[in-house]
Amino acid sequence: MMNSAAPRFVIATRTPVSTVAAFGSAALILFLAALPFLAGRNVMQNMFFILTMLALAQFWNLLAGYSGLISVGQQAFVGLGAYLLFAWTILAGVDPVLAIVLSGAVAALIALPTSFLVFRLKGAYFAVGTWVVAEVFRLLLAQVKILGGGTGTALPREVTNDAVLVSWITHLTGARAAVARDMADYWLALILAIAAIGLVYGLLRSRRGLALAAIRDHEAASGSVGVDATRTKRLVYVVSAFGAGMTGALIYLSKARISPDAAFSLIDWTAFVFFIVIIGGIATIEGPIIGVLVFWLIQNELSSFGSVYLMLLGALAIVIMLFFPKGIWGTLAERFDLHLFPIRRRLEIVDRAGSPDDIDLRPAPAAHVHGGKP
Amino acid sequence: MTAVLDTILQGVLLGGLYALFAAGLALIFGVMRLVNLAHGDLIVLAAYLILLIANTLHLGVILSFIIALPLMFAAGYVLQTGLLNRVIGNDILAPLLTTFGLSIILQNAMLTGFSADSRRLTSDGIETASLPLFNGLAIGVMPLLTFLAAVAVIIALNQLFYRTALGYAFRAVSDDPVTARLMGIDDKQLFGIAMGVALAVCAVAALFLGLRANFDPTIGPGRLIFAFEAVIIGGLGSLWGTLAGGVILGVAQTIGASINPEWQLLAGHLAFLVVLAVAPRGLFPRAVD
Repeated sequence: MMNSAAPRFVIATRTPVSTVAAFGSAALILFLAALPFLAGRNVMQNMFFILTMLALAQFWNLLAGYSGLISVGQQAFVGLGAYLLFAWTILAGVDPVLAIVLSGAVAALIALPTSFLVFRLKGAYFAVGTWVVAEVFRLLLAQVKILGGGTGTALPREVTNDAVLVSWITHLTGARAAVARDMADYWLALILAIAAIGLVYGLLRSRRGLALAAIRDHEAASGSVGVDATRTKRLVYVVSAFGAGMTGALIYLSKARISPDAAFSLIDWTAFVFFIVIIGGIATIEGPIIGVLVFWLIQNELSSFGSVYLMLLGALAIVIMLFFPKGIWGTLAERFDLHLFPIRRRLEIVDRAGSPDDIDLRPAPAAHVHGGKP
Repeated sequence: MTAVLDTILQGVLLGGLYALFAAGLALIFGVMRLVNLAHGDLIVLAAYLILLIANTLHLGVILSFIIALPLMFAAGYVLQTGLLNRVIGNDILAPLLTTFGLSIILQNAMLTGFSADSRRLTSDGIETASLPLFNGLAIGVMPLLTFLAAVAVIIALNQLFYRTALGYAFRAVSDDPVTARLMGIDDKQLFGIAMGVALAVCAVAALFLGLRANFDPTIGPGRLIFAFEAVIIGGLGSLWGTLAGGVILGVAQTIGASINPEWQLLAGHLAFLVVLAVAPRGLFPRAVD
C-alpha cells in the first residue's frame, strides 16, 4: 500500500497530439462515410482495395508486430473466410452481411484447434508451419465439389445485386444496382477497417495488450509476473484469424467469383500485407495506414509491369528491412516522438497531495502491473 | 500385394529427393538458425543454371552439373556475406522477410528470364530406365540414383561436420557463437561457407529434380514446404532424421496418390501435421536444442 507522503502517480497514455488525432480521425471517418455521394465508382473501388488491405495489415501486424508470431499463412484465413461466405450464402441462404460475420466467427473457431498444432513450432518454423496450414486448407477446399472444387464458383445474383443491403441502397439513393453494390461493399469495407483499427487499438490498451508488451520484451520474465504467454498468443492468433476471415469474406463478396488458387494466394494476402506493414512501420497502428497508401500508389504505377513489379516490391522490402527496419512511420515517430494512437503507458507525477482514494490509477490493468512500490 | 509394395517403394525413393531438398535447409538452420524461405527457389535456380550451361556450352547434363556446383557455392557465399549476414541475429523478422523478398525476386526473375514454360533436364534415356525386381516389381534407375545421392550427400555432410576442422568450427558456432568468436572463429566467413555448401547441395537436388520431373519458375515454394516438412518430421539437428522425414513424406504422398491422384500433396501435409501433433520435436530429435 502507498503511504500519503509518497509521490503520486497517474498512468497516462494520451498525448496532446493523440487528442488532435482523435478529432481528426472522427472528421476523416465522417468524410469517408459520405464519400460515395461525392466520388465516382472508380474511387470507391480503389478505396475498397485500400480499406480491405488495411484491415488485413492491421490483423497481421497484431500477430507479427505486437505478438512476435510471424505468419506467412494469413491466406489460410482469408481463403477460409471467403469460402465460408460462399457456403453460408449459397448453401444456407444466409444474408451476405450476416454471412461475413459468421464466416469470421467460423474461421476463428477453426483457428483455435489449428493453433495447438502450429504453436508447437517456434519462431521461423512457426512461419512455415502457418504456410503449410494454408496449403492444407487450399487443397481441402479444392476437394469440395459443391463449391466448385479446383476450378471455383461464382455467387448468384440474389447474394450480389439483389442482396437486401444493396436493394435498400438502390431504394434510398436511386442508384443502379451495380453502383449500389459498390457503395454497399465500400461501406462494409469502411466499417471493417475502422473496426480492425478499433479492435487492435482496444486490445493493445487493455490488460491483454500490456501482457503482450511484457511477453514481447521478455517472455520468461512476463511468465514470472503471471502472464500466460501461450494463452495470450493464442487469443491474438484467433482474433487475427477472425479478422482475416471477415476481410476475406468481404473481398470475395465483392469479387463474387472464387477459386482455391486465388483465395489462398500467398502473394495477394500475405506478401502484399507483409510489404504494407514493413514499409509503413511494424508494431505501430499508424504504420499499416501509411503502408497501404504507399503500396496502393506503387501498385497503381507499376503493376502493369507484372513480374518486374513484383521483383521491385521484393527488393524494396529488403532495402527497407536493411536500412529502415522501423518503416516510414516508425522512423518518423522515433524522430519526432509522434504517437497518434498511443499505447505506451507513462507514469506522471501528480504534485497535489491527497488520500490514496484520489489517485486515479486507471486503466486498472496498468495499476495491477505497476502497483506496489512506485 | 505387389501394388502396395510398389507404392511404398516408390515413396521411399521419392523420399530421397525430399531429403536432398531438405539437407541444405537443415544445414543452414543448424549452423546459423536461419530459415531460408528462398531455399526452394534456389533449387529451381540451380536447375535452370544446369539447363543453361547444358544448352549454351552443348554439354551433357552431368558435366553441366559439375560446372554449376562451384557456381552455386560461390552464389551462396556471396548471398550470405553480401546480404544475409546483415540480417541474421536475435530478431527473426528480418531474416524471414529478407529471404521471403528474395524468394519473390528469384521467382519473378526466372519467370522473366526463362518464361513460364515447363522444362526438364535430359540425359540419354537414363530417366526412363528401370531395373526389374521380383514378382514383376521394377525400380526406376533415376529414383534409385536419387536416393543413393541423398545417402551420399548425408554421409558427406556428416563427414564434413564431424571429421574436419571446418565442421568443428560449424558446430562450435552453432552451439555458442560468442565463445566461438572468442576462440578466433570468424563466424561471418563461416556462415558464407555454410551457405555455399547448402547451395551446392541445392545443385545436387536440382540435378535430380530436373532429371525426374518437369520444373518451372513457380515450383520453388512447394519444394521449400517439402524440405521443411522433411526436416520437422525427422527432428531438427539430425541429417539421417531428415532422410527418414523425407521417406515418411514420400511414402505418405505416394499412398495418398494411389488412392486418389488429387490427394498426393494433401496426404503428405497430413502426415506432417500428425507427426507435429504426436511428436512435436520430430522423430529423431537432438538431445538439446
